[in-house]
Amino acid sequence: MSILTVENLSIGFGSNSAVREFDLGMSERDRMGLVGESGCGKTVTALTLAGLRPESAWATGVVRYGDQSGSNMLAMSERQLATLRGGTVVMMPQDPAAALDPAKRIGRQMGDVIVRRHRVSRARARSVCVDVLERVGLRRAEERLRSYPHELSGGQRQRVVLAMAISCRPKLLIADEPTTALDVTAQAGIVRLLSQVVAEEGIALLYITHDLSVIAALCQDVMVMYGGRIVEFGRVKRVFRAPHHPYTSGLLTAIPASNFQEGHTRGARLPTIPGSVPALGEFPTGCVFRDRCSRATERCIDTPPRSLAPDGYFECWHPIMETE
Amino acid sequence: MIGHIILRRTASALAGLVVASVVIFLALSVLGGDAATVVLGDQATQENITALRQRFGLDVSPPEQYLRWMKGMVTGDLGRSHLTGAPVGPELRRRLPVTLPLTLLGLSIALLIALPAGLYSAVRHQRASGALISAGSQVGMAIPVFWAALMLSSFFAVRVGWFPSGGFVPWSESVPGALESLVLPAVSLGIIQAAIFTRYVRSAILDVMRSDYIQMARATGLTWTQSLWRHGLRNAAIPLVTVVGLQFGVLLGGTIIIENVFYLPGLGSMIVGAVNQRDLIVVQSVTLVLTAIIVATNLATDLSYRFLDPRLRSQ
Amino acid sequence: MTERATEFREPYEVPELSAEPVSRQRGRRRVPLTLWGGSLLLSLAPIAAFVSFFWTPKDPTAQDIEQRLSSPGQNGYLLGSDGFGRDIASQLMAGAQNSLVVGGLGVSLALLGGITLASLAVIRSGWLEEVIMRLSDVVYAFPVVIVALILSAKMGPGNLPGILAVAILFTPVVARLVRGSAVPLFEREFVLAARAYGRGRTYVFFRHILPNLSALVIVQATVMFAIAILLEASLSYLGLGVSPPTPSWGRMLRDAQQFLSVAPWVAVWPGLAIIVTVLGFNLAGDGLRDLADPKLHRAVR
Repeated sequence: MSILTVENLSIGFGSNSAVREFDLGMSERDRMGLVGESGCGKTVTALTLAGLRPESAWATGVVRYGDQSGSNMLAMSERQLATLRGGTVVMMPQDPAAALDPAKRIGRQMGDVIVRRHRVSRARARSVCVDVLERVGLRRAEERLRSYPHELSGGQRQRVVLAMAISCRPKLLIADEPTTALDVTAQAGIVRLLSQVVAEEGIALLYITHDLSVIAALCQDVMVMYGGRIVEFGRVKRVFRAPHHPYTSGLLTAIPASNFQEGHTRGARLPTIPGSVPALGEFPTGCVFRDRCSRATERCIDTPPRSLAPDGYFECWHPIMETE
Repeated sequence: MIGHIILRRTASALAGLVVASVVIFLALSVLGGDAATVVLGDQATQENITALRQRFGLDVSPPEQYLRWMKGMVTGDLGRSHLTGAPVGPELRRRLPVTLPLTLLGLSIALLIALPAGLYSAVRHQRASGALISAGSQVGMAIPVFWAALMLSSFFAVRVGWFPSGGFVPWSESVPGALESLVLPAVSLGIIQAAIFTRYVRSAILDVMRSDYIQMARATGLTWTQSLWRHGLRNAAIPLVTVVGLQFGVLLGGTIIIENVFYLPGLGSMIVGAVNQRDLIVVQSVTLVLTAIIVATNLATDLSYRFLDPRLRSQ
Repeated sequence: MTERATEFREPYEVPELSAEPVSRQRGRRRVPLTLWGGSLLLSLAPIAAFVSFFWTPKDPTAQDIEQRLSSPGQNGYLLGSDGFGRDIASQLMAGAQNSLVVGGLGVSLALLGGITLASLAVIRSGWLEEVIMRLSDVVYAFPVVIVALILSAKMGPGNLPGILAVAILFTPVVARLVRGSAVPLFEREFVLAARAYGRGRTYVFFRHILPNLSALVIVQATVMFAIAILLEASLSYLGLGVSPPTPSWGRMLRDAQQFLSVAPWVAVWPGLAIIVTVLGFNLAGDGLRDLADPKLHRAVR
């Protein structure tokens, strides 16, 4: 059952495009990862899909929630978008500390969301809050209702944010790097929790990150984004074992003591992808990755076409094939 | 918990006031001469100075003068003006009911204008209408408050005659009359102060608009307007209260000047008159009263933003 | 004080220092409109003041009772004449001198005092920094008018009370600004590199850190200048400024008040002069702030 269809989405600021020809299809219980370095366009994609596109950004293409009869999200007004947000799609932002209103108690904030969404009484909402908070692993939930955000740790706050998100009962949860602001222990906890919760609640998940190891643990499919384009897409298992695109390969080998690539010796120098991500508007013409790619030739001045693979696609003139 | 903070802050404010009183006393009665030397000026011979000091009650040591003065502030006996001979204390008390309401009225008008204007210019910050308000506040900030008063007066008082161009009807005589006398002065004050506040309101709202918790509120299904209303205003109020506290001194300075434009018998005209006459004793006491008003207001705003922002409550 | 509470302690938005130290910045950033417009406006006063040293349409102090309150253009008075028949245009030009003197001296003294104080505090850190913080906290909220009034009472009329009031009140402000911005700079790479070479704190402060603060200081200076001009005008309006016959914008307004009903233009021109000049300084300051850190105006997320 299709939840979300995205066709040829392009997003940009002024005369620059941040994202180009983005396609996506998600069904119930799908778990999709979107991976890329900072500056590749993933956050603005997430915001757009969540109905929170900044006013300064333009977008073309089709974003449709639900079935074919639904309207294009890109053409909706704020009011219409607000209806979609929460109930259909909800976004969990990066920084949990800032995502909660510092002047309101947790119970109040969560309660507001529940009362509004489900039209129940405050008392009923309160017990739902406790319920959900316990579900996300927050101990002493009843007490926590009376706390202010600054009285909780980063990990606890992220759990509260997750709780608020799922209390809306969305079909799709978009998580934008939810663990970057947390320490390592808290990170692992949140990832485990997320996995558990989306399975229990039957929510589809779009997980956005630069951290490949989390994708491996959490998602079935992965999209690799560079320079605003999806350069590779496929099943996590396959992509990690045998990536076709040189950028994906580079990302994978850059993981210290990576278990994903054969032939990676311990103690050897950590490989990195030479160069750095260009700023918006400074991407090369043709293949976006050609300035940093060891396999680039003159062919790469033309934009490579989308080549289909059994489980997805990639865009490269000189892909890495399994025989190599 | 809260009680502790109130106590500590109040004590701190009082301590500050005491320090200020010492500074004021030193500035006016000790450093570079006192009332006697200033009045005599070139004709200052030792005998003249001593004689005058005796008349003014300045023939005791500075620390004792200071203590006498402080005692006088509490009991109400602040000596007499060397010019008019009128007792200072009662005069001060008589003039407070002009200055304080005027300042508060000015502040209210300023906020009444600035809050919607700043909000609008923040929400529409990318359109021309928002930019226009910003520009307007820039110009407004550059206008001397007494010029605005003169312009308003020339139209509304002289030309159209809706309001008096000067003078004050005491509250005891007629409340509407008193209010009428305060309208033009308060509006002059308010407009200029509003121009200053608008920038801060705009900035505070913009900060809130960019915040993650507003984005989260929208993510759970609220529109911009709804999320600003529910979450934004309270959080924007915090920096605004601070600004009002900081700007109060400026506002009071404006009141002092405005009282002179409209011939209002308040503390402002009292101090300016005294300065013109080099009547240091009066200047000293009025300055302290004005300082006390500023300190009190700062204390009030300090405590209220602690109340507004839960993060500060344990400090 | 928590960070949150001090956010608005700066009465004027302090721009963040740009990412690259001044010594290495290359390329020109587009100069904002506010900077152009502001600089244009604020230059009117100095030009007028300068010219007035050599020439004014008429003698600004010459009275001509016959021609009093002439309207603009009448009787050869470009902008009209005041209650005593003095040429308004000439008074405006000469009055500019006074305003700029007060502004210039006041601001210079404040900068001198503030930077000195900050230097001492930074080089010899300790109780002095505490004192500066406390002091500037106190004076932020205190109106400069009252300080000027006290000084006037002591010293008598003239420009000095205004100049000193600005100097006294803004020295702690400047000191705090300089010191506050200098401290994080000590941790930056180019400073650490210099220190690694064996340079002492003093050298590093004057050679590397202060130049990078010049933008901040200039912005603060424009703000102070604007305040000084308004202060001078206010004091003169109250009769406490420079004595006649020296022309002053504020006193022109004081003289004009009685004639509001018959000749309002006498009050309009000096007011406009003040507004234009102050606006010029404010806009220029804003423009400089934009130039130093355009990130302050980033779009809403």
